[in-house]
Amino acid sequence: MKLSFKLLPVLIIVGSLLLLFLVNISLGSIQIPFTKVIASIFSHGDGHDTYYSIIWQLRIPKAITCVVAGSALSIAGLLMQTLFRNPLAGPDVLGLSSGASLMVAFVLLLGTSAASYLPVVSPWSLALAASLGSGTIFLLVIAVAHRVRDNTSLLIIGLMIAAASGSFVSVLQYLSKAQDLQAFVIWTLGSVGGTNWNEILILVLLLIIGGSLALTSVKSLNAWLLGDNYAQSLGIDIKKSRQKIVLATSLLAGGVTAFCGPIAFVGLAVPHLVRLLVPTTNHKILIPMVMMGGAILLLLCDILTQMPGSATILPLNAITSMIGAPVVIWVVMRSKGVKM
Amino acid sequence: MMNTSPLFIKNLCIGYPGLNNHVLFDNLNLSLYNGQLVCFMGPNGIGKSTLIRTLAGAQKPLSGEIKGIGNKNVSVVLTERVNAGMMTARELVSFGRYPYLGWSVRMTEADHSKIDEAVQQVRIHNLLDKSIHELSDGQMQMVMIARALAQDTPVLLLDEPTAHLDLNNRVEIMNLLRRLAKENNKAILVSTHELDLALQTADLVWLATSQKSIRVGISEDLVLDGTFDEVFRFKGFDLKTGRVKQEPFRHTGIQLIGDGHAYLWTKNALERNGFHIDPNSNLTIKIKTTTEELTTWTGFSNGEKTFLSIAELLSALINIIPNAQSLKSVTEIK
Repeated sequence: MKLSFKLLPVLIIVGSLLLLFLVNISLGSIQIPFTKVIASIFSHGDGHDTYYSIIWQLRIPKAITCVVAGSALSIAGLLMQTLFRNPLAGPDVLGLSSGASLMVAFVLLLGTSAASYLPVVSPWSLALAASLGSGTIFLLVIAVAHRVRDNTSLLIIGLMIAAASGSFVSVLQYLSKAQDLQAFVIWTLGSVGGTNWNEILILVLLLIIGGSLALTSVKSLNAWLLGDNYAQSLGIDIKKSRQKIVLATSLLAGGVTAFCGPIAFVGLAVPHLVRLLVPTTNHKILIPMVMMGGAILLLLCDILTQMPGSATILPLNAITSMIGAPVVIWVVMRSKGVKM
Repeated sequence: MMNTSPLFIKNLCIGYPGLNNHVLFDNLNLSLYNGQLVCFMGPNGIGKSTLIRTLAGAQKPLSGEIKGIGNKNVSVVLTERVNAGMMTARELVSFGRYPYLGWSVRMTEADHSKIDEAVQQVRIHNLLDKSIHELSDGQMQMVMIARALAQDTPVLLLDEPTAHLDLNNRVEIMNLLRRLAKENNKAILVSTHELDLALQTADLVWLATSQKSIRVGISEDLVLDGTFDEVFRFKGFDLKTGRVKQEPFRHTGIQLIGDGHAYLWTKNALERNGFHIDPNSNLTIKIKTTTEELTTWTGFSNGEKTFLSIAELLSALINIIPNAQSLKSVTEIK
C-alpha cells in the first residue's frame, strides 16, 4: 500500500516523459504520419528517405536537447533554491543566465568581428565561456548573500546583477555588426532547435558531470535545509559542499545557456511543480524527479511553440514564461511573502 | 565514582575576529559532566549564543582549547527556526543520524531504532507525521530536542529552548531536560532567561558576568551571595523572596488571618493592590475554608461583611479606601 502510493507519481512522471518525447518528435512543420515516425526511429534509413532525415537530423536532436536542457536547468534551480534556502532562486532569477549570456555575447559578437585575433568559435569554447560567466555571477551572488541575510534583498540584488550584465550585452550589441546581431537576438529568445549532435554530446556530458556532483551532494543539500549552523553541527563541510554546488550549477546553467539561449523560468518553476506531485524535501528523490520534470516541461513547451498546421514557430521563452510566471505568483502567494 | 567530563574548555577566548578582536569571553575554564543539567544565564547580548555555537563547533574560538568537540559527541538545539517547506517532524528527527551516514544517506535498522528511542524519550509520537510548519513553537522545540537526542551524543547544548513558549511548555521542556540528564546520564547545557525555572531545575548555574568571565555555582549559593543581583541589576524584583517588590502605596495595613494557599494568594492580591500586611492593624480579614473547599473572606474591623472571592473583597476594600488614606478615615466612614 505504502509502496504503490510512492510509486504512482513516479509512474506518472516517467510515463508522461516517454509520451511527450514521442509527441514531440511526431509534430513539426512537416506532417509525418505517426507510423512513419515510429518506423523511422527503428529503421536504418539510407539517407535518401526524407522522413528518416527529418526525424534523425532535426526532431530527435531537438527532443533530446529538450530533455537534457530541461533536466540541467531544473537541477540548477533546485540546487540554488536549497543553497539560498529561497524558493524563488533560479538560474535566470539570480543572474546566472545573464552572466552566461554576457560571455556568449562576447564570443558571438566580438568573436566573428575579430576572428583574426580570437581562436575559432567552437561549441566547447562557447560552453566554457558560458559556464565561466554563470560561475562568476554565482560567486558574486553568494558573496552578496553572505552580507544580506534576508531573501527579498537577495532577489533584488540578483535582478540588479542580471540587469547590469544585460546592459553590457546591449553595449556589445550596439557595437556589433548587423548579421552577428540577428543571430544573437534569435539566440536570446531561447531555442532547442539549433543544436547539432556535437553540441548535444557536450550538453549530455555537462549534465552527467553536474548531475553526479549534485547526486553526491545529497547529504549536504538535505542538511542545508536546516540552515548553515545545523548543517555544520551534523558534520557537513559547508565550504567544500558549497564549492561543489557552485561548480555543478555553473556547468549546468552555463552549458544550457550556451547552446539554447537564456531559457527563462524552467529552473525556478520545475522544483515547485515536482514537489506538488512528490511532496518531499529529500534531495535523493528530488534530484531524479526534478530532472524528469524539467525534461517534461521543456518538451511540452517546445510542443506548444509549434503552431499546429503551420510552419510558424513561437519563441521558446514566450511559452516558458507563460507557464513559469503564474508558478512564481502562486509560490509567493502560498508562502505569504518570499520565504521558504 | 569519578565523574568524567565529555566536554571541557581550557583558557578559551571567544568572540569575533577582526582588526581589533571583539572578545566576548576571555580565559574560560569550564567543564560539563554526565548527568548534570547546567543552566547558562546572563544578560542579553553578553555572548551566550556565541559560546554555545563555539562549543558546538559551528564557530571557531579566538584562542584556547575545547576538548570533546565533534558531531558524535555534541548535539545542539539553536534559536534559529527550521523552515523547510513540507518536511515532516519524522524527517526532521532523522537528521540527527546524519553524522553516522554516508553520502547516499541510507539508514540502517540501528539508525531507525535510535530515532524511535529519541521519539520515545521526548514523547512526540503523535507529531511525527505532521508537517513541521503545522507545529506550535513548543512542539517544534520538542521535535528539535528529539533530533538532538537521535544524534546520540553524551553532550546536549540548547540555546534558549524555552524562549517564546508559555509557562506550561517551559516547565515541560525543563523537566524533560532534567529527566534526560538524570535517566540518560547526559551532560546538558541550557542557556535561558527563565530565572525562576532555572533556579529550581539546574544542578549548576553558569552565570555570565560583565567582566567577560563566567561564575559557576549552585543556584542557591549564587542567590545568597548576591552574584545574581550583581549580574542582572534587578529592577523591582527581590530574588531572595523570589517576588516582584510591591510598593505599599495605600499606606493601609491589614491584619490577615488564615493559612495555606488561600492565605498566600490573598496576601499576593492585597500587596499587588498597594496594601501591606500588618498584624497590629485594626482592619482584619479572616479567611475560612469550609470542608466543601469553599473559601470565604470576612472583614472588616468588626467583621460584619463576607465575600466569596478575592475580587469582591478587593473591590470593597478599594471602594472604602479610594487611595492613600489612612485606617483612621476608614473607621470614620464606618
